[in-house]
Amino acid sequence: MKGDGVTAKRNAFHPVDRARDWWADAPQWQRYTVYLAAIVFALILPAPWIGSFMSPESDWTTVLFYPIGTYILLAVGLNIVVGQAGMLDLGFVAFFAIGGYTLAYFGTKHGLTFWATLVMGIVLAAVSGVILGAPTLRLRGDYLAIVTLGFGEIVRITANNTDEIGGARGITNVPHPEPLFGMEFLLDPAPYYYLIVAAIALVIVFSVRLHKSRVGRAWAAIREDEDAAELMGVPTFKFKLLAFAIGAMIGGLAGAIYASKAIFIEPNSFPFILSATILAAVVLGGAGNLPGVILGAFVIAWLPERFRFLAEYRILLFGAVLVLMMALRPEGLLPSRQRKAELHEGTGGMGTLAAEVPGPDSDDTSAEVGSK
Amino acid sequence: MLQELQNQFLTSTVGGLVIGSIYALVALGYTMVYGVLRLINFAHSEIFMIGTFASLVTLTAIAPTAPLGGVAMIGVMALIVLISAAVSGGAAMLLELIAYRPLRKKGATRLAALISAIGASLFLQELFGLEVINWLTGKPGRNQQSAPRFVDRDTLFTIGNANVRTDHVLVIVGAVIVMVILDQFVSRTKLGRGIRATAQDPEAAVLMGVSIDNIVRVTFLLGGAMAGVAAAFYVMEIENTDYRVGFVLGIKAFTAAVLGGIGNLRGALMGGIVLGLVENWGAIFLGSQWKDVIAFVILVAVLMFRPTGILGESLQRARA
Repeated sequence: MKGDGVTAKRNAFHPVDRARDWWADAPQWQRYTVYLAAIVFALILPAPWIGSFMSPESDWTTVLFYPIGTYILLAVGLNIVVGQAGMLDLGFVAFFAIGGYTLAYFGTKHGLTFWATLVMGIVLAAVSGVILGAPTLRLRGDYLAIVTLGFGEIVRITANNTDEIGGARGITNVPHPEPLFGMEFLLDPAPYYYLIVAAIALVIVFSVRLHKSRVGRAWAAIREDEDAAELMGVPTFKFKLLAFAIGAMIGGLAGAIYASKAIFIEPNSFPFILSATILAAVVLGGAGNLPGVILGAFVIAWLPERFRFLAEYRILLFGAVLVLMMALRPEGLLPSRQRKAELHEGTGGMGTLAAEVPGPDSDDTSAEVGSK
Repeated sequence: MLQELQNQFLTSTVGGLVIGSIYALVALGYTMVYGVLRLINFAHSEIFMIGTFASLVTLTAIAPTAPLGGVAMIGVMALIVLISAAVSGGAAMLLELIAYRPLRKKGATRLAALISAIGASLFLQELFGLEVINWLTGKPGRNQQSAPRFVDRDTLFTIGNANVRTDHVLVIVGAVIVMVILDQFVSRTKLGRGIRATAQDPEAAVLMGVSIDNIVRVTFLLGGAMAGVAAAFYVMEIENTDYRVGFVLGIKAFTAAVLGGIGNLRGALMGGIVLGLVENWGAIFLGSQWKDVIAFVILVAVLMFRPTGILGESLQRARA
């Protein structure tokens, strides 16, 4: 295990590395076969025989929608901010809340349709992302982290104190989406699951295209060295704001879909711990690597559901698992290989802990110290 | 409006100074750990929570039936401060050993350390809510636990129309004494010099013979002890606590640390006082349910104009 976080060595016999090598050279038709297989897999996933193992104690399709699907959608969105652009956001739940509240408010008070409010939710989340980002994105690292954390709390407390949007009691009778392709959105969780799978697929394509575009390269440059990126002519502020707004849009989208199924939302549906959980999903999976992030979100959402029989000890064990996982694999389950190649210490622009100096028995940290 | 302000201004100021002193003490722990490790020690709020229970249990054991006065009162206060500081300091050292040291040895990213911190925070909260509090007090762990009163609420003197009570004076004077001791420790002693050296340049510090592991341990011990002192004052002043008490207070204290300039000890003091005052003054106009919002808006506003806090970062090198 030692040194996993800092070496970019490839192991020709390691199944993950072999799969990646194969993927890198795979021709178009093979890749499309994999995409197709992934979609078929997602469609048959709610099957009861899978559910009986995966979630014996609660309805599997419901669990697939929330938390699993919702967490994956949120994690893909947060990955753009944290994994790609390298900004630490501790208040991502704010955008989730704004999307949810927009849908609930305009759906109940003004009777607008699901699709209209969905678009409004996304736009409002993006606008609030820009409003938060414009004054604060000049801050770096942990200053940004505390400001975003504060923003998440401001949104929650404001919702709690504003009677127009239900105050602490929240909003009830949030309308369901209109029927689509013959699917009725009522109490059955399956249509909502397909809706969120469609949203996830869309967001993944969007995220991958962005990652491979000029925008994605600009984000990578900012993440690795903001000053160097600025000197090379990357308008860093503009691109950081863009990452923030896009992340916020995906958060808003997730919030709107969540609220349409939930029927009832209240300020406490959006606690700080949800921001922390999504961030944990991104880091646990391997920030910046999309399959890793999806795996991380799945694990984080699914474990507490699978171990529901542990009842009230779930959160206790969840905390312990986070500590343990980070001690064993600080780089995440499926770290980004490209990132390791880009920067040999692979810190994703966040830097390592200070006060770490190689002792006589830790030769593997010498690379980072030498590179300062 | 102006009349209200006039009536409540001085009372709010006293209240702000009291809660600000508690923020400042907790903020010291965040700022010291950040200065040395550049880590947001998210579980610091739980160290504070543990301290409140150390104080509560001690107070319950002494079981004062009526508020004390004079030497007895100060003696009890000193006793719960010491016990609470020792328990919190020990807990912080243990936390460092279990949750952070393995990551440090692996050269993990700061993000991974933050996740570990969040995990440790959840774990400690739940551990207390489920088991420890029940074991300590015999009451359901999820309930709020109240502490016996040992400092009476008599007015000591008045400033304008504000009544300054014994407990107010105790918190403010106590916090100042503790902070002076810490400041002297960091600037005068050999260990304190080691902390400053490590914060400035860990590699050079090692070359000069500083044991980094030792310094990190002492930093957590001191930061934890400060949270313990804050916890003792908190229990004396607020007279109740629960397993989630650390969350909001921790966020506020970290805000205070950032406000003053993170990594800067005097900045943490100033940030705590400023935060306590401003949120209490703001609450006169907007009502106390907006206190937390005011605190964060102030933070954003200050950082827009002073991106490294009011006093700037000084314990450590300027960050890239």
